Amino acid sequence: MTAATRSRGSTWMRSRAGARVVGVVSTIAVVALVELLIAAGAINAFVVPKPTQILLAIPRIVAEENVLHRFWQTAQEVIWASLLLAVFGIALGALLFRFLGLRLAFEAWVGALAAAPIVLMYPLFLVIFGRSTTTIVMIGFAAGLAPVILKTVDGLSGTRKVLIDVGRSFKLSRSQQFWKVLLPAALPAVFVGLKLGLIFAMINIVGVEFLINFGGLGQLINELAERYDLPGTYGAILFVILASVLFFAALERIERWLRPVA
Amino acid sequence: MAASRGVMPGSVSASRRVWVLRVAFVLIALVAWEALSRSGLLFKDVVPSLGAIWSALAKVLSTRDFYANLGVTAHEIGIAVIIGGVTGLAAGIVLGANRFLSQAFESLLLYLGPTPKIIFFPVMIMWFGVGTGSKIAMGVVSCFFPIAISAAAGMRQIDTVLIRVGRSFRASTWQMVKSIYLPAMREPIVTGLRLGLGVAIIGTLLAETKLSNRGLGYLVIQSYALFDMPKMYALLIVLFVLSIGVNALIGRFSHAQRVAVR
Repeated sequence: MTAATRSRGSTWMRSRAGARVVGVVSTIAVVALVELLIAAGAINAFVVPKPTQILLAIPRIVAEENVLHRFWQTAQEVIWASLLLAVFGIALGALLFRFLGLRLAFEAWVGALAAAPIVLMYPLFLVIFGRSTTTIVMIGFAAGLAPVILKTVDGLSGTRKVLIDVGRSFKLSRSQQFWKVLLPAALPAVFVGLKLGLIFAMINIVGVEFLINFGGLGQLINELAERYDLPGTYGAILFVILASVLFFAALERIERWLRPVA
Repeated sequence: MAASRGVMPGSVSASRRVWVLRVAFVLIALVAWEALSRSGLLFKDVVPSLGAIWSALAKVLSTRDFYANLGVTAHEIGIAVIIGGVTGLAAGIVLGANRFLSQAFESLLLYLGPTPKIIFFPVMIMWFGVGTGSKIAMGVVSCFFPIAISAAAGMRQIDTVLIRVGRSFRASTWQMVKSIYLPAMREPIVTGLRLGLGVAIIGTLLAETKLSNRGLGYLVIQSYALFDMPKMYALLIVLFVLSIGVNALIGRFSHAQRVAVR
């Protein structure tokens, strides 16, 4: 191996792609080590199933446990919660922006609401809405509401004065000013709020499905754990992580796609 | 702010109006609650009267049982934040200090960070049993990610001059961490701790509602199971006040630190 080849190799290793390969290879190595330790009896197979068993369990749970149907159930709950968030979150944000008194009085309260552990109120939602999809959707909605309101207020307040003046010079009515100037200008910030709200909603929806044993993917994990189907439980958890990652990646893409509009 | 109307922020009349709005909102909410409670529109006890909730709150706060369970939950959360905080901080410092490691492994943190942590609870039960161990583990898993992500971001924000000064004095790794990294990262660490504590509280309490015979989460789910609604509302009020209070306290500490540094 010449010095130039060695240098090229070392540069590649230090590059972003090289780092990613090292990350993936290290993760696979750790999984292989766990497999070996379980096979050698160093890790109890009744507590941690072999990674190969987990991988083999995934096609089984997809076929036998109606995973795609459950995925669609969870997706529907997320869609309903996101619609509620878009309608009520943006409307409440616009209201706080429109009336400064309301904003001064309640913006800090909305901020406190963002830090509040709303999901802990799920027994209360169970009492009001019963063990139903409505409970799950409403918790998702309540958990995601605060960031949508706050970012809508931020976005509308950040509208450049020149745009507002242009609107005025065209003698736009208040409603036209909102729909044609303020809201389009605030859209990137509003979308950041919606993205945060959707992430909170999704986390809480899957969490509550697990807790109340109802609905889609969260319930699947609970059912498999109660049956003590260990490879299935781990496989379902992997599936939920994968679904969450794809969901976040899609949101990132949409956000990046929206950004040039600003 | 051009489209906002109402009051001039900062003026005495504005601050008075803000307080009037806040008090009016609280009074309207309380009156509406009491009216709903007496209207008979909802099932009896689903919306208990304010008097019933108040007396339940007084009763809860005067029993030794409540403080014993509060102690259990506080103990679980405290240990979880210590373990999750130390490991999260260490992981964040390592990833923030080394670009290669960050490129190799930080995406794992970023992907796993926003997934719903409660789905790991069945695994935690298998690993740590049904006692406090699994609740502490839930708290650790919950708070590790925000602290690690915040610490990694904080490390990258450190002024390179400070790092060069430390290196020019031939400081050891431990000296660099103690005298350069940690003091320079005070703010992101406090922010991470604030976020971490919030999610550790949620993770621990949700785990208690799912499977436990001690702790505040257990008390909430027990009062739901016994349909003791006034007690459940009282406990939820206590939980909210404690969670938001602790969050505000850390926020105030962070603010005081910032002022002291300036």
